Amino acid sequence: MTDWVWLVPLLPLAGYVFLLLSGRRTPEAVAAGVSVVLTGISCVLSLVVFFQLGPEPAGGQTWLFHWLTIGSAHVDVGISLTHLNALMLVVVSLVSVLVLLFSQGYMHGDERFSVFYQYLNLFVFSMLGLVISPNLLQLYIFWEMVGLCSYLLVGFWYFKPEAALAAKKSFIVTRIGDTGLFVGMILLFLGTGGSFDFTAIFQAVSAHTLHLGWMGSQGLTTLAALLVFLGAVGKSAQFPLHVWLPDAMEGPTPVSALIHAATMVAAGVYLVARMFPLFQASPPALTTVAWIGGVTALLAALIALTQRDIKRVIAYSTISQLGYMMLALGIGAYALGVFHLFTHAFFKALLFLAAGSVIHAVDTQDLFQMGGLGRKLPITRWSFLAGALALAGIFPFSGFWSKDDILTAAWQRGDMALYWLGLVAAFCTAFYIFRVYFLVFTGQSRDEERTVGAHEGSWVMTVPLVILAALATLAGFVNTPWTGHGLERYLEHDATASAAAATPVQESLPLMVFSVVVGLLGIGLAYLLYGRKSDAPARLAEKLSIPYAISLHKFYLDEVYYHTVVVGGKLVARLVRALDRYLIDGIIEVGARLVGVLGLALKYTQNGQVQAYGVIAAFGLVVVIVVAVLGVGGVL
Amino acid sequence: MDNPVVSVPTGSLLGLAAILFCIGLYGALTKRNLIMVLISLELMLNAVNINLVTFSRLGVAPSLDGQVFALFVITVAAAEIAVGLALVLAAFRLRKSTEVKDLNTEKY
Repeated sequence: MTDWVWLVPLLPLAGYVFLLLSGRRTPEAVAAGVSVVLTGISCVLSLVVFFQLGPEPAGGQTWLFHWLTIGSAHVDVGISLTHLNALMLVVVSLVSVLVLLFSQGYMHGDERFSVFYQYLNLFVFSMLGLVISPNLLQLYIFWEMVGLCSYLLVGFWYFKPEAALAAKKSFIVTRIGDTGLFVGMILLFLGTGGSFDFTAIFQAVSAHTLHLGWMGSQGLTTLAALLVFLGAVGKSAQFPLHVWLPDAMEGPTPVSALIHAATMVAAGVYLVARMFPLFQASPPALTTVAWIGGVTALLAALIALTQRDIKRVIAYSTISQLGYMMLALGIGAYALGVFHLFTHAFFKALLFLAAGSVIHAVDTQDLFQMGGLGRKLPITRWSFLAGALALAGIFPFSGFWSKDDILTAAWQRGDMALYWLGLVAAFCTAFYIFRVYFLVFTGQSRDEERTVGAHEGSWVMTVPLVILAALATLAGFVNTPWTGHGLERYLEHDATASAAAATPVQESLPLMVFSVVVGLLGIGLAYLLYGRKSDAPARLAEKLSIPYAISLHKFYLDEVYYHTVVVGGKLVARLVRALDRYLIDGIIEVGARLVGVLGLALKYTQNGQVQAYGVIAAFGLVVVIVVAVLGVGGVL
Repeated sequence: MDNPVVSVPTGSLLGLAAILFCIGLYGALTKRNLIMVLISLELMLNAVNINLVTFSRLGVAPSLDGQVFALFVITVAAAEIAVGLALVLAAFRLRKSTEVKDLNTEKY
């Protein structure tokens, strides 16, 4: 069955082509039905591949087709099936099919319904293509394609100016990272003597044969790893390039669930995991990854504490959780980072879809206009609760297993600073997600007009919620001490990562209890402040006005970027424009004017007197003859 | 020298031709009357004829080719002067003048 893996990305592509050809007038049921069925087949296929690959020997399988010859270098395209890739296929296709189903309810009645599905199919294809790439170049192509799909979908409601701006921002900010990835890729290509292939790169790295000019293997490895990581920072919205993700929430909510929570933003984490042998060879790069991850986890969690927009809270939560994954990868806990990616995909997609269900019901994203929706939206409420508990890391929900393992790994490696960063972030996480839960689902309505008519969506919206709630609750059990760390052993089969998983984490009961208690404390605090009717939050905000303002204004990072990068960029642009207008254009202008003036002067020689022409011609002939005689040196 | 014709040095002949040519050129460029310009052109053509005849005696294989060519030039010059005079006549009818400086409409 693994021979059929090529069908997995091609089925959504077929869906895309079908919708492209059938046009805008395609009935909603057809557009959604075709997409769900095709992606559903992909999903089943990738599940089969995932389970069949289990006992396979290390290395997986690769199918390559020759594509390009550049000088002496050959570039292939194809499919590389490793255990990591198989896992990613399952995550992507499973979340995709549920989101595609959910979207039918959420986007119902939209004028460009079939276009929306067209983009989603293209995205699913690109993402699946990304995770099976056998070389960096193919990965980069798909990397840009998912970026393009993200741009199109964030700006799907382009007639809203905020959406158009957010789309541009997401594209441009990730572009900064992509440039890093591109440069890193070219460095590796040159350093290996002309290969984009992952295995070739890893071989060169481990044999210390990378070299380029004066740079030796170690220096080049570190530089390339940092540049590749810059790409991951952009895509996975890590500090300092995280600013695009909250703005991307202007897109339709299913898009946020699929692209900006479960799949595309995880591509950065996937990239680091895929290139893990490269990072392993460079301790400075690994440390950078860990610290960027840890700082991002805490920073985003602190910002999420005070946001008023339900989707923005979850967006910052996504940034924070991606930070955990980077942290895990950075401290060498390769399998744990991937494990957290796996569980996070489910519970974060769930939280977004549940938020989408709420927004669909009350038509606002402001937390303080909601309230008391638990009775009207019971399915949404309970599934949101499952997702929130998973995110908060409460036993036995999936997030507990993955997040706790990461913290334990940091503790056992002796990275105390990282451990505390993660733990404080975990406390904030539990607080902010239950703040959302209490504000939305419990208590009394704060805006009767909006909430009075709220009701659950049709089955296409509730079924994905229930499935995801089940997954968010249970997905953690693939990697528990009782199931013998199944996922870690599965990922160990990858030859590329075998060294990484060599030091398994020993669960320690006190640490587990401690982090659960921290999570419960966060929930308790959220209940005290928001679970009951009180003016405590307002008083607290007043008392802590400075920290509150910092968090509310996202650490003023957008403002800082505006006044440095944006204003600076505009300044440079103006300088270049002036240079172009006055210097470059000036030179050309002077040339043109000179010729013009010369023409003006010379026109007076055309006086109509044929004898004057004759004189000039005769004189010219004499000059020519004199020059010829002197030049050749001959005598008449 | 058993040549019955008095031998004139080549340099003198070429000098004569050059002087004749320059007089013709000077006339063609300075004379105000169109008829005089045409006559000056004839002078220049005849200077060329003298050159052709002079050079025909020189070379590895002296022949009559140059002299034949000179005859051709004379013939063609006759035709040319006919056309030239016709043009001058037409110009005179148009402008009531045979002055060169009056034919100056083709200017900027």
